[in-house]
This record gives sequence, structure tokens and C-alpha cells, in this order.
Amino acid sequence: MTWNRKDILDIESLRVDEITSILDTADGLKEISQRSIKKVPTLRGKTVVLFFYEPSTRTRVSFDIAAKRLSADAISISAATSSLVKGETLVDTARNLESMNPDVIVMRHSCAGTPYLLSRKIATPIINAGDGMHAHPTQALLDMMTVREHKKDLAGLQIAIVGDIAHSRVARSNIIGFTRMGACVRLSGPPTMIPKGVEALGADVTYDFDEAISGADVIMMLRIQKERQQRFLFPSEREYANRYGLSMKRLEKAKPDALIMHPGPLNRGVEITPEVADHINSVILCQVTNGVALRMALLYLVAGGMRNAADH
Amino acid sequence: MRLIIKNGHVLDPGNIDQVADITIDDGIISSLEPVTSDLSEKKSKAVRIIDASECYVVPGLIDMHVHLRDPGQEYKESIETGIQAAAAGGFTAVCCMPNTCPVNDNRQITEYIIETAKKCGSVKVYPVASVSRGSKGDELSDYGELKDAGAVGVSDDGLPVISSQLMRRALEYANGVGISVISHCEDPSLSEGAMNEGLMATRLGLAGIPNAAESIMVMRDIALSELTGTPVHIAHVSTKESVHALRDAKSRNIAVTAETAPHYFTLTEDAVCEYDTHAKMNPPLRSNEDRAAIHKGLADGTIDVIATDHAPHSILEKEVEFDRAANGIIGLETALSLGLKLVEEKVITLESLIGKMAKNPSRIIGVPRGIAVGEPAHLTIIDPEKAFTYDVEKGFSKSRNSPFNGWEFKGRAVYTIVDGRVVFESK
Repeated sequence: MTWNRKDILDIESLRVDEITSILDTADGLKEISQRSIKKVPTLRGKTVVLFFYEPSTRTRVSFDIAAKRLSADAISISAATSSLVKGETLVDTARNLESMNPDVIVMRHSCAGTPYLLSRKIATPIINAGDGMHAHPTQALLDMMTVREHKKDLAGLQIAIVGDIAHSRVARSNIIGFTRMGACVRLSGPPTMIPKGVEALGADVTYDFDEAISGADVIMMLRIQKERQQRFLFPSEREYANRYGLSMKRLEKAKPDALIMHPGPLNRGVEITPEVADHINSVILCQVTNGVALRMALLYLVAGGMRNAADH
Repeated sequence: MRLIIKNGHVLDPGNIDQVADITIDDGIISSLEPVTSDLSEKKSKAVRIIDASECYVVPGLIDMHVHLRDPGQEYKESIETGIQAAAAGGFTAVCCMPNTCPVNDNRQITEYIIETAKKCGSVKVYPVASVSRGSKGDELSDYGELKDAGAVGVSDDGLPVISSQLMRRALEYANGVGISVISHCEDPSLSEGAMNEGLMATRLGLAGIPNAAESIMVMRDIALSELTGTPVHIAHVSTKESVHALRDAKSRNIAVTAETAPHYFTLTEDAVCEYDTHAKMNPPLRSNEDRAAIHKGLADGTIDVIATDHAPHSILEKEVEFDRAANGIIGLETALSLGLKLVEEKVITLESLIGKMAKNPSRIIGVPRGIAVGEPAHLTIIDPEKAFTYDVEKGFSKSRNSPFNGWEFKGRAVYTIVDGRVVFESK
């Protein structure tokens, strides 16, 4: 198919055929990272700005590597080094970046909706690398890629997502993405971490962890942020680990071949025990590997690599 | 100087409801008579005749909740531009909230506002001073001196009065002085969010503000009003729980009054989709169910007043990340038309609308409004059929933060008259 979507802002706006096309492209590009010379000239002469207004290691490095493997020039800007700290507005900073003619802006921001604000103000394609508690489309896509790789088809799968759903952009994007692809999503966590009305996104909710994972094909554990304890969302890490941590014993409730996933970074011993994190069915590091391929695919599609390829 | 308003449907709720000619001499209504074909005798002296056929002539509207941003934030609004916007919206008077820079907690600022407004010679401005000095919630402002300077009420609007003891003493002390207390009801520990808590917030990944953040404080203030036996006015009611609490309090004869704003009876949280910062306000736009409860509260008299909470902000505060955007919208130039829309939809009667936009606020702040011989001529002439498209760029306010830009309206103020002078007329 021809790609003609300017931005990747969320999963919500992607059609099933577009998601499939992204995953297929990523599958095809994955092999590049296994070569001894890990570089193709596809995006030579293209400029990718990594505009990270919120700290990130994994996602930023993943995008950086993805851009470089496609021969694009990647430039990183973080909040601390940008003129945002000098009081410039976000829109002005973005307009300045736009004036230097980049081909893609990859942006991460702690405030939900910020990529929408910029996409209305500038013409440069934007890939959302996470906005507040709203969306993390590239994470959801790499999660779908990872599950599809292991389970062949997403339709009909039982996906359990467990933890702080309320504050998780990963959960939001995965609920929308997996249900759109025909999977069933079940959410679990303490009621303080389940956002109001989330069922309307297409997921079931149970506060009973064992029920949530019983018969699951995929268990996705979310990171617990320790500072949430101060916000009265859970009493202690010990209590949380007892009630909502994934242990070997708990794992027995799921299907024997259930995939264990986590968007990272891990809190070993809190939401997941070390044994489960390193379990044979854990695909946590596959997720990271696939992240590079998936982001290569998005940069390729959005930066016009396909159109260029057709021109040659 | 004489002004004649002829053939208008004069509607002063509970007083007059008939087609009549009004003659105004030197700012005072000098005669009010059924329409006579012969005005020649009166005309001889007249300098101006307004034909109000097909229009309503009502007591001058009062907006008891606006922010004029002056002194201190004149880049958002000034007393002069705020007054112009008010006049264009049909308002003959506004009450301006004290959250200026510095806060209006003293005679000098109150007098500055009144003097500046007087120089404009248009809409009346009645300052509301702060409940607590600097709106810091530590000690009472000097209500006696503020009242003498011209303040009609006290409020820490924008911020809640967190200490129940301070609120109790404010109610008691203000009652002795004879000044109204207007309460911004919010429990800040519950309200750390950017929009209404609910499905839309979940979808957008924004932190939500639950209804209880408002209703808890409404219930507290009702309890304090009951305790002290003094009146309290609840600002910008947005939730169904608040409406229920107010209805119950009124049924028990507690001296509580309440206002809501046009956006709460018109919009819901759905307006926030696409992260529109012009739909960001505090309290936030609520659910459909809450809007229905507000309608019911307006219809049965639980909510006494419609006030705009006109809150001008520039693009510096609005063209930013949603979480960081300032709360509030402008409303002076759309309030009456949105109210007339409620009448059109048969939620309330026109008489009730005029009650909520003129008579009731005038009673609460102690500034008389009525159409009678011998009274000052503060009048609004409404053409209920006049259609127009609201273009915020052509508005009088310095700011442009309205979610109603581009809306098609039917009905608006065509003349605004203060002390017998036409301060606005619709082209």
C-alpha cells in the first residue's frame, strides 16, 4: 500500500490495514540489525530530530539507532539542552526546528496532547514517542509486532495488562491497538490505578489479578512508579508485590505458553519477580530488539522512504 | 436630554410584562405608558427615539462574575475593554473578581477600579474584594473599609477558602458589614487535574478532577451558612451533586444562592477532545448528566444566577501544552445569546432568564435593577430574532479565548443603556 499519513500521533487514528502494513514493514527491516554492517542507504540525506522534552533512554536510543541504520542524520534535543529552559514556548521551539527543514520530528513530552498541538502548528511530520499519560504508539506497535511474531495472529488472543493503567500511556495505546486487531484485553490492578470509564476503550476490568491472567496468551506487566505511593495509590511495594506482582506461582494460572511482556524499565521484585522476568517465555528483550525495527519502519514510511524508492 | 424607547415589549419579571413606551429624562425613567400613537408632544423635546418593536426591553443585565485583569494583567484585558465587551453583550453592570495583581484587598485598588470605570462612562463596575488578605487564606480583608470604598462582595475567586474556620468568620463578619460572600468551591487536594474526571480524561490521558472536588466544598459552605445563619453565594456551579446539595439547602431555608456559567449549561467535557485549551476551565466542563442537572437547577430556581466567569487569557497562556494552559474563557459577548438558546430550547422561560441575568444578581449584590418611573434607566433591549455568527476576532475583549467562535446565534442585545445613555448599539 502507499503510505500517505503525515504523522503518527496515536494508535486510535490508525486503521487495521495501516497497522498491518507497519508491522509487515518492520518484520522486513528487522534483518538489517542482524547484519555485520548494519546500515542501508534508504534515508540518506534525511534529517530526523529527536525532540525529547521528557527524560528517556530506551525510546530515544531506539529511535537514534533506527534512524542511523537507515542512514538518516539523527539529532537529539532534550529539555535540558533546548531553549525551552530559556522560556521559549514549545510552539516557538518547534517552529524554529521546522525552519531547519527536518524530515521527521520524533517527540516525547510529559504533557498529554502536545504532539497534536505541534502537528497543528508545523508541517513537519511528527512521530509521537510518548505524550503524558495519553499515547505511546510506537511502544504499542512494537508490542503487537512481538506478539504477532510469537503467536502468528493477534485475533482471538487473550491479553492481560496489569498494573497502573491510569498513568500508563503504554496501556492506553495497547488496549486500543490489540482490540482493534481482534484480541481481547483484560485489565487488572488496584482500583486506585484503574481509570474511570476505561471499559469504553474496549477492555474488561477485574481487580482480581488471578482472574485477569487465567487463560491469558500474553501477560503485560506495567512498571510501578515508586512516587505514586506518596499519592496514596498503593500502600507499599511489599503489599503491591503480594497482590499484583507476577510470580512463578501466579504464572501457573496463565496458559503454559503465555508470553511475558514489560515495556521497561523493570522493577524486579515489585511488579515482576526476577525469575519471571528471565523466564523462558519472557519476551521483554525481544520487545526492545523489535523496537528498533519497528521505529525503522515508521521513519521509513513517514520520511517518505517508500516514495523515494519508487522514484529511483 | 430625553430618550424615548417606543413599542418595546417591556419585561421586568414580577413587575411589568406589556408593550409600552418608555421615556427617559436625564437618565431617569420619567414615564412608562401603554403605546400611544401620538408621541408628538413628547417628541418635540426628544433628542433620540429608539424603535423597539419586536424587541424586549428588560432591566439592565448584571454579570456578577467577571475578571477584568486590571490592574496588573492589562495585556489580557483592561477595565476599558472589559466594559466594552460587557456593553456589547447587553450588560449594564459587572462585578469584577479580586484576583488582579496585586489582589484587590484594599481601598486603593477598589477605588482605582471604580474611578477607572467611571472615566469610561459606560457599564457600571462593582468590585468584589478578597475574602482574605492577598487571597492567601490567613486573615480577613478589611471588609468595612472595602465596602465604604465601593466593593459589593468578597471572594477569593480562583482559589478556594481552604480553612473552614476562616470561611465561618468571613460569613459572620461580612454579614455584620453588609457585604456579600461569594465562594469558589474547590477542594484542592481532589482537584489536581486538567479536566473533568471521566471517560474523556481517560481517553486523552489527562488527569481528572472529580465532581466531589466541588460538591464537598459546596456542602461545607452550606453547613457554614446554616451554622452562622448568614447568606453565602456559590460561584460557578458545575456538578449535579452541587445542584442536589443546593436544592436540599434551599428546601431547608438556608440562605444560599448560586450561579452557573453559560459554558456549564451549554458544553460538556466532549469539547476538550483534540486538547482544545479553549475548553479548559476551573471547574472543568462536566458530563452530559451534569449539564442536565444544571438545566434542571436553572429551571426549578435552585440556581439563581447566570454569570459568565469571563476570564480573558492571551495566546501566551492558551497556545501551550494542555496541562500548562490557563483555566477560563471569555464570555461577556456570548452569554445572553447562549441564555436565549436555553429559552429557545424551552429549558427556562425568558422571564426566568432575565431573573437570572438581572433581577437575582441585583438582589444578591444589593444593586437595584427594575423598570419603574423614577428609577435610573439601566436597560437592555433584546432582539430575540436577530441572527449573527460570533466572530471572536471582532470582539471587544482583548482576549480571544472562546470555545464559541464561529457559532451561529439567534437573539442578542441590540441596545445597552446605562443611566439613560446608549452605551452600545448593534450595527
